[in-house]
Amino acid sequence: MQCDVCGEKDASVFLTQIVEGKMQKVNLCEACSKAKGVNDPTGFALADLLLGLGAAQQLDKSPAAHKCPVCGFTQADFKKTGRLGCSECYTTFADGLAGMLANMHKGTTHVGKAPGGHARRRELAAKMKSLQMTLDEAVATEKYEEAADLRDQIRQIETELTP
Amino acid sequence: MKLSRIISNAGEWLSGDGPHRQVVVSSRIRLARNLTRTAFPGWAKRAERVETLGLIRPAIELLPEMHDACVQNLTELTALERQVLVERHLISREHAAKGAGSAVVMNAEQTLSFMINEEDHLRMQAIRCGLQLREAYAMVDRCDTELATRLDFAYHENLGYLTACPTNVGTGMRASAMLHLPGLVMSDQINKIINSVNKIGLAVRGLHGEGTEAMGNLFQVSNQTTLGESEEQIIDRLHEVIVHIVEHEENARQALVERRATTVLDQIGRAYGILCNAHSMTSKEALNLLSVLKLGTDLGLFPDSARVMIDELFIETQPAHLQKGAQGQKMTAEARDALRAALIRATLKQLPEPDMTKVSIPKPTEATKEPDDE
Ligand SMILES: [Zn+2]
Ligand SMILES: [Zn+2]
Repeated sequence: MQCDVCGEKDASVFLTQIVEGKMQKVNLCEACSKAKGVNDPTGFALADLLLGLGAAQQLDKSPAAHKCPVCGFTQADFKKTGRLGCSECYTTFADGLAGMLANMHKGTTHVGKAPGGHARRRELAAKMKSLQMTLDEAVATEKYEEAADLRDQIRQIETELTP
Repeated sequence: MKLSRIISNAGEWLSGDGPHRQVVVSSRIRLARNLTRTAFPGWAKRAERVETLGLIRPAIELLPEMHDACVQNLTELTALERQVLVERHLISREHAAKGAGSAVVMNAEQTLSFMINEEDHLRMQAIRCGLQLREAYAMVDRCDTELATRLDFAYHENLGYLTACPTNVGTGMRASAMLHLPGLVMSDQINKIINSVNKIGLAVRGLHGEGTEAMGNLFQVSNQTTLGESEEQIIDRLHEVIVHIVEHEENARQALVERRATTVLDQIGRAYGILCNAHSMTSKEALNLLSVLKLGTDLGLFPDSARVMIDELFIETQPAHLQKGAQGQKMTAEARDALRAALIRATLKQLPEPDMTKVSIPKPTEATKEPDDE
């Protein structure tokens, strides 16, 4: 059996991993397994390796001519390295990445920590949504005084959210 | 602080204490962060990497946690020094291969390390003794929050923290624990455990080698996905799984002592005999025999002081650690094997023979009774 990375030498390291019920297999020669850090489980994820070996094809969903305006990265570069060029690449190649991320992760939306400013924005956005719902209800039940008060609160959040 | 001081002292995670210490060797949390709209290290030109370093390094040095830190540009380190840091788990193998623009910042206790321009602009890691994933996360979380006030981290409303590799996007967090599982290996239950853990989206793999081939009975458990779950959810899930593995390991040890006492005692006695008398030893043999000795300590056959001695040998008998004593002369594999055996013999001189009458069955912890919050 040939090595999946170099396609030259005989494979002697065989990795199998089941993630979310999907089996992933990869065969490596001695040299490539060392080069890819397979013996270093602390820094090694099979998915990272597989990304350089075909999973990258999925980016094809983005138009071929796409090039990141910030860093000049292209699909062809992703196919070669399995890594992106810069943070803006996530916007440039968003269409192609969406499917890949959905396959790779538990969910498609981040729910964890956010840097200070972002966390505040997320909090405000959520608060505005709930205020809007209360407002709709107040209007529906003809509680106009309460509605006016809610509108003021919403407007205040809006000004805080506009940079 | 000088690198030599880091190299000559064991990390706190090795000599310290922590919950479930007999099975969980260490807990580690790593966060990946990048500067916004700046080429990732693998795609950046040399000048851009140097510029990134110039932004990130001072921000780290301002952290109160890092006031007495050891700061090293990778280009200033010899190949051997880099390898020692890899064996200490302070930098990754990948980072060790990096050149201009890459650096590492470590605290004196070796519990916090920052890799600049690894695969991502910044990877920060906390490592603690025993099962302390939450405590380790609290350490990096604090650093991350403070760094975010000085650095503009790449963050996307829906995708979270943006990383060079899409596998890390979201939390950018990898949580892992190193487990010592001789009971599960000896009783042929390890593959069953590995399979069931892999099925729930966490990975278990041998620290050196795969599956039952794992050397030293050391395994690493970690999360494989980073998007769609919060840091706390990922850590809680991993923590829970590890507590269960610990319980299985303790049950396996108990069953071994009850049903196969002679076999277990024989293995411990032989390991002690070989380690104390060998004159040439490969790192594979050393790992496997030291693991048996470690089990012997857990079972009460050696005094408690043996624990740190054995754990340090796990680190000190690795190739680069042996080589660093050789004053820059490149050692052959044979010379290393001889030196390894000599170091083990000398260290274990302080260790009395195993007292086979002292076998005490470890009291299994009950995972179900563990309080959610500690
Ligand atoms: Zn190969
Ligand atoms: Zn880009």
